[in-house]
Order: sequence, then structure tokens, then C-alpha cells
Amino acid sequence: MIAEIGHYALVLALALALFQAVVPLVGARLGDLTLMQTAPATALAQFAFVALSFAALVACYVTSDFSVANVYENSHSLMPLIYKMTSVWGNHEGSMLLWVLILALFGAAVAVFGRNLPDALRADALAVQAWIATAFYLFILLTSNPFLRLADAPFEGRDLNPILQDIGLAVHPPLLYLGYVGFSIAFSFAAAALIEGRLDAAWARWVRPWTLAAWMALTLGIAMGSYWAYYELGWGGWWFWDPVENASLMPWLAGTALLHSAVVMEKREALKVWTVLLAILAFSLSLIGTFLVRSGVLTSVHTFASDPSRGVFILAILVVFIGGSLMLYAWRAPLLKQGGLFAPISREGALVFNNLFLTTACATVFVGTLYPLALEALTGEKISVGAPFFNLTFIPLFVPILMAMPIGPLLSWKRGDLYAAAQRLIAAAALALIGVAATFALMGVKAVLAPFGIGLALFVMAGALTDIVERAALRSVGPAIAARRALGLPRSAWGTAFAHFGLGVTLLGVVCETTWNSERIVAMKPGEATSVAGYELTFDGLLPRTGPNFREVVARFTVRQGGTPVAVLEPSKRTFSARTMTTTEAALLTRGASQLYVSLGDSNPDGSLAARIYYKPLVLLIWLGAVVMVLGGALSLSDRRLRIGAPKRARAVPAAPLPAE
Amino acid sequence: MLRLMRILIALLALGAPALAVQPDEMLQDPALEARARALSRELRCMVCQNQSIDDSDAPLARDLRLLVRDRLRAGDSDQQVIDFLVARYGDFVLLKPPFTWHTMLLWLTPLLVLAAGGAGLLRLARARRAAAHPPAPLTETEQRRISDLTG
Repeated sequence: MIAEIGHYALVLALALALFQAVVPLVGARLGDLTLMQTAPATALAQFAFVALSFAALVACYVTSDFSVANVYENSHSLMPLIYKMTSVWGNHEGSMLLWVLILALFGAAVAVFGRNLPDALRADALAVQAWIATAFYLFILLTSNPFLRLADAPFEGRDLNPILQDIGLAVHPPLLYLGYVGFSIAFSFAAAALIEGRLDAAWARWVRPWTLAAWMALTLGIAMGSYWAYYELGWGGWWFWDPVENASLMPWLAGTALLHSAVVMEKREALKVWTVLLAILAFSLSLIGTFLVRSGVLTSVHTFASDPSRGVFILAILVVFIGGSLMLYAWRAPLLKQGGLFAPISREGALVFNNLFLTTACATVFVGTLYPLALEALTGEKISVGAPFFNLTFIPLFVPILMAMPIGPLLSWKRGDLYAAAQRLIAAAALALIGVAATFALMGVKAVLAPFGIGLALFVMAGALTDIVERAALRSVGPAIAARRALGLPRSAWGTAFAHFGLGVTLLGVVCETTWNSERIVAMKPGEATSVAGYELTFDGLLPRTGPNFREVVARFTVRQGGTPVAVLEPSKRTFSARTMTTTEAALLTRGASQLYVSLGDSNPDGSLAARIYYKPLVLLIWLGAVVMVLGGALSLSDRRLRIGAPKRARAVPAAPLPAE
Repeated sequence: MLRLMRILIALLALGAPALAVQPDEMLQDPALEARARALSRELRCMVCQNQSIDDSDAPLARDLRLLVRDRLRAGDSDQQVIDFLVARYGDFVLLKPPFTWHTMLLWLTPLLVLAAGGAGLLRLARARRAAAHPPAPLTETEQRRISDLTG
């Protein structure tokens, strides 16, 4: 009964979405306020029904109702409650339901928080949201229905893939989807602006908080996924340039570019046409990401062709939305008037520079990810594009961005003074040089990449602080007044500083981990010891343990430093009986931001056990940096101008274009 | 206790996937082993999704790791090992595709996009500057009106 309620609620949500896709749009064209105002109400109702549908699926999982095929395939009655709930989105059908739930959530949020939007813009944007929703409801109902019943209900479920039975899965997909789907708001607003043919600074001000919120979720989601892979997959890597990872990185790069170009549009009415294109691209890449992960096209072009129903459906969604929005763009964008002029050396110029390199980096990841598929489809030739390719192309594109990052915020709008900005960065540059020198001293003159990386990270971090120090005029007014001034700075300034600082922190972590990571791969018998990076690990022996739905063999290691025991590490191997799958659970010892990492390998006939032991210096900075970036986003989101909202557009006549400098 | 240990060890071996590089695969000579590891990171495990043989748990990856080490022990240079594997498995085994006619577009993407973007910006800046040029000098009638007004 519960499953049927969920199914029915989803069908009703589809009906509401169809209504919302047409009526408000017609209203906006006719100038009929009543029709336009149906949009927020339908959006709220739609959210209520999708939420009901989702709640129904959760209920099926929590009660282990194995007569529902989806629950039978992906759950087990002995699983802990938290995993019963998270396995709702640990499979294709359920994750698509989560996707539409978040889409409806954003639609409802626009309905609630968008009261100060012009009626026509809100009606158009919500109608576009409803088109997207309609496409995905149809996709779920026609090809991926999670509510299908089994004729004979089995006694026990087939369990969730053990790798997914982890707290990482509870958080990672919802965050990622909040990011992906959040960009749909920017997309809908872009389409609405193109339909209306009107685009101004106020538009950028409305779109920016939504983009920022989506970007924050995506940043956290990617970081979370990276940390999860790091501790769950057992060989200590944190980024693999895997197509699935690339699928989430592309919208992030486009979204980051969008955040920056929207600033220019908001402050200076420039880059309008470009910002709209980025809004379309960011969400298009999110759709492509969903397609890549969900259609099975990545595993092989052939698996895709052998079961095409889902893949072709998503492909059709891609063609309609990406193709349609780009056509709309090509048709309407030339009508939009360009705004303020600026010199190449200016805040705008710096942001354009940022956009150029971010977009190129995004294009590189895009081509690198899809090239093997395209080549195989066209010529049948199989090639691989992996980490070595991306490291070689992506990193050189990111270095200029990082080098320019501290300079940008120090330049003034319209026309900046590069020399003055450079002068203000002397302290940061000096710090960077000290870092370079220290690294050379530590590693000898042969090392090139590590000293440069450390220097760059320090420059980015110190550079981010420079802006705050300069704006508070620390040097001329003394610390007490400067502190008060710094606190009085707009929160968006602090947001920029935090976000840029966070990227520096991540970079520092990446460089330290890749340069000074030490590794021991050894076969050990009980009682034997090995040492890595000053830690001595003794293998005490094995012990069995039983979990709720698995059995595990735990290896005990005593960790000593200078002879004194500091910790006991217990990496293990778990065997899940329902799927007869084994997972490796690494054990981590965190000291400061560094980690000691132990994971188990095979046992040998002579009674020894293989272990992989890593010492990863400052590895946690990689993810802490992402958290700092998100904190920056949150500060920026709480900025007064976004909290209070844009004043209503009172100007009846379009404002005269700003005079050129 | 000893028996329990044996059972546990047997349990571990049972169905457990071999995890990336194993101690028994590694070469005695650290310099040779370091070369083998560096090479492994550039080679793809063909049955996995874009994983290098250094990371992969698959039996095929293990075979390839052993093969790489055998070749190195036989005195092959890094390039010879790669050539040997490419001859056997094709370019598919390389995680960094070679620069050929078919991969040219892939390798040149960053440069092309950057150049196209830069050129576009330059053109835009020129067009804007041209549009923003000082207005045309006043016509005779306008001059006359000004002199009329200023008397």
C-alpha cells in the first residue's frame, strides 16, 4: 500500500509539473497576473507530493518490505537502520527519486524566497524548472520506477553493495545532487531572462545566492566523495581522474566560473551574455554528469548499446535541454545590451582571466573524459585517458589561476594598477619565497615541483589575507582600529578571502601529500614490526569479529613512537554473506593534519599477512581546505546585500548605459 | 590459539581480492622496484574502469605488474617495457595516450580553447574600443547653434 501511495504521489507530481510548465508561461506572455501566480503554489504542491513519494520509498526500506523489487535488490533486514535509509539512494532508481526531490525542493525555495522577484521572471523561471521536472518524472516513471512490486515477496533482501555501506554514502550523494540540481535554478533564470529578453544587474543579484548555495554543496560533496574513496578503497589515493569524478568536477569548474562572472555582472553590468551562457553550461554539465554516471555509457559503449532504454532517454533529455537552451541563447542573446567597459588590467579583467582558464580547464576535462567514447564510437579504436594525461594538462592550466588569484581582489574596478597591487603583495611573495627556499633546503636542489607548489600555496594563502589586511589599513591605523575595520568589512570580502585561502590550504595538502608521502608494503607475521616515517608498527595478531550483517577479521597493530605506544590500529577485512563480497577497512591514525594509514592485503601460505602502511603528511588539509572554501561561501551568502535582497525595480525606463571611462 | 590463527588466515585468503601491489611481487632491487612502480602508474588495467595496474585489485593487473617486473629484471629500459605492452595490448594499455593523428584533438584541446578564448576576447575588446571612440566632431549646424546659444 505504501509503495502504491508513493507511486501515485509521483504521478500527481508529474501532473502538477505539466501544469506549472505551461500555465505560468502563458500568463507571463499575456501579462495575466492570476495565471503567473499559479507558479509558486504549484511549485510548493509539487514539492509536497515528491516529498510524500520519497517518504514512501524510505518507509519501504525502513520496514524492509521485500515485496518492492527495489528494496529487495538493495537492502537486507539485518542492515543497521542508517544504512537502510541511505540505501534508498544507493541505487539507480532511488537516486533519481532523490534527484527530483531536490529539484522540487529548489523550486519550492524559489516560490518561498522569490517574493521580491518580478512576477513574470518568477513565473518563467518556475515554468522552466517544471520542464526539467517533467522530463525527470517521466524518466523515473517510464524507465526507472522504484515502486515496482515482486509477485512473490522474498524473505530476505540481496543487501546493499558493501562498499556503499558507509557513512560516506549517507552524505556524499545528497550533497552532490544539491550541487548539481542547484545549478538548475541558475539555468531556469537564464532561460527566463532569455525568454523575456531582459537582463540586468538585478538578475545577477538574484541568481548569485542560488549559485553560491549550489556551489557550496557541490564543493562539500566532491570533498566528501574524495575522502570516502581515500579511506574506503584501501590504497590511500584521494583523486583518480575517474570519469565519475570528472563528471562532478566539470559542473564545479563551470559553477566556479559562473560565480565569478556573476560578480562582474552584478557590479558592473558587464559580461552579461557570457554569464548567461555559463549558467546554461553549468547545469548542462550537471545533466551530462548525471547521464555519464546513470546510463552505463562509461563502462563501455557496448553496454550502453545493449540496454539502451535508460541511456537513450537521458540522451534525449540532454539533447532537448542543452540543445534547446543553446538555441534559445543563440536566438535571444544578441538582443541583450552589453554593459560597462573596462581596461584589461582591472578587477573585471582579472575575473575574465579567471573565467578563461577555468573554462579551458573544464573543456579539457570534458574532452578528456568523452574522447575515448567518441573515438571508439567513430573509429572503433580504443584508447585510455587517465590520470597522467589530466595531470599533464589540467595542472598547467590551474597554475596561472592560482598565481593571479591574490592579485585580482587588489585591483580596482574599471581600471586597476598592477604595480600597486604587486607592491601590496610583497609580504605574501616574500613568505612564498621563504617557503620555496626552505623546501629546497629540505629536499636538495633537484626537486622542482615541490618547492614551486609550496611557494604557490603560501602565496595564495597569504595573498588571500592581504586583501583583508589592506582594506582594514592595518599599517596606517594600528591593530586595534584595523581589527574593528576588518570586522566591519562586507561579509562578501571575507567570503572571498576565506574561499581563496581554502584553495591555498587544499593545494598545500596536495603538494605535501604527494611529495612526502611514505609507503611500506610488507608481509608480516604476528610479533613482527616495521617502521614508517618515525612510527614503529607491531603486528600483534588477528581476531575475529561479527557485525550486524558481516563477519570481519581484524588485524591489531600497536603503533609506537620513540618506544612509547601511541595507538592501536585495527584495519580489517569484512565479508558480507548476502553478496559474498569482501571489503577492506583501512585504519587511520590522525595526528594533527597528518595521517598514518594501514590497510590489509592478502595472507600468504607461510602465515604472514600483507599490509600496506602509509604515512601521509598534512593530507587532511586537502579536505579541510574545501571546508574553508565552503565557509567562505557561507559568509558571502550571509552578506547584507543578499540577505536584504535587491530592491524592487522601480525604474520604468531602462537605465542609460554607463558612460565609458 | 595457533589453530584459531590458521583458520583466520584461511578466512582472509578466502575470496579476498588481491590488493594492488603485494609484497611478494616486489623486486629486491629498490631502484628497479621504483621504476616498476612508476611504470605501473602509467599503465591501465584493461578490465577496470580507468584504473592503473598500480591501484587495481584485479588478477589481470597483478599479471601485468609481474610482467613489467619480469621485463625490467631482464634488462629492458622503461621505453622497451612500454613498447612490449603496446605491441601486445595496443594503445589502450596506456593511461596517457600517445600523440597521433587520432589523439591530436585531445592533446591540443587546452591550447585551442585558450587560443580561441583569447582571440575572442581580443576581438571583443577591439570592437568595444572602436565603439567607444569619441563622438564625431560637431557638424556645422551644431556649431552654429552653440555660437547662437552662447551669443
